[in-house]
Amino acid sequence: MPDFLVTKLDYVANLVRKHSLWPMPFATACCGIELMATASSRYDLARFGSEAMRFSPRQCDLMIVAGRVVMKMVPVLQRIWLQMPEPKWCISMGACASSGGVFDAYATVQGIDRFLPVDVYVPGCPPRPEQLIRAVLDIQEKIQRTGTIDAREFADRTTYEGPSTLARELGPEEAIVAPGDFTTASRFRLPLN
Amino acid sequence: MPTYQEVLATKFPGAFTTSAFRDNARVVVGAENAQAVLYELLACLKTDCGFDFLSDVAGIDYLNYPNATDRYAVVYSLVNLTTGGRVFVKAFTNDPDPALPSVVELWKGADWMEREVYDMFGVVFDGHPDLRRILMPSEFTSHPLRKDYPLRGLGERHNFPTITRAES
Repeated sequence: MPDFLVTKLDYVANLVRKHSLWPMPFATACCGIELMATASSRYDLARFGSEAMRFSPRQCDLMIVAGRVVMKMVPVLQRIWLQMPEPKWCISMGACASSGGVFDAYATVQGIDRFLPVDVYVPGCPPRPEQLIRAVLDIQEKIQRTGTIDAREFADRTTYEGPSTLARELGPEEAIVAPGDFTTASRFRLPLN
Repeated sequence: MPTYQEVLATKFPGAFTTSAFRDNARVVVGAENAQAVLYELLACLKTDCGFDFLSDVAGIDYLNYPNATDRYAVVYSLVNLTTGGRVFVKAFTNDPDPALPSVVELWKGADWMEREVYDMFGVVFDGHPDLRRILMPSEFTSHPLRKDYPLRGLGERHNFPTITRAES
């Protein structure tokens, strides 16, 4: 054993940070049940140092958005994200948080990455606990590879990180309405009046 | 003891029609009578006929519906808590200013249910103490359960600022 070690401060900071992520569970739907299962004894997220869920954003550095987000919830979500201290990361868990899932309706946001910077996406409806553990491990790897002690790497992310080609919003004249025309079983909008 | 149909027929002759499907009894009030007669009719059902519990208020938009004459319907589901009997009162109203009398004076529980019908269909309940949106954000301008409102909305769901990582 040598009497001293030479390493980078960044490396040490990353090593410490990645093994004590404190998740903020932003659970709005059934993905939240899987999130709870991940944290409990059978899957035991504590093996990876991320079991300390706190319900105050001030104490957390990993936001797990689990479930669909509606337009009334977006300002709340953004506010909670802004209240979290640096450094912080975000997991978008499940199809609904990542893309809106099956809820392509007037009130449901089609993916939180349109409004927030997301680091890791978890597919699934809902994802199995193993998938969420994989996402936490991916976050750990990302922290180890890109992290810096003064969080310099975040300052470079100045641009929008969501999907580059957004689904085009349909205009009112081509929108599909329910129930459409009963006589022809068409789902397309009838001319009004 | 007269049935509620007989009581209503003597008090409001010609103002309503009745129909039934299986054990669902309906009292239908057309748009031409609803504004004037609906409150008194529901008050009569409550006080004289024993239908003392309002279990639901629901809205329907009959736009493009086959053989429909009026556009909006509001359905009041009444229960007689003594006998367990039910009656559905269906009142119609039309554009451009769909409106019905509020029944909050009769049943306090109608407060939030009428707010929901107002939020989703834009039917104004005259005399409601606090007619605000209850589900959609207050700055929302449309009434999303109307049939001429597109399923995916008019872009309201994505009308928010984006936060980049550097500024958060």
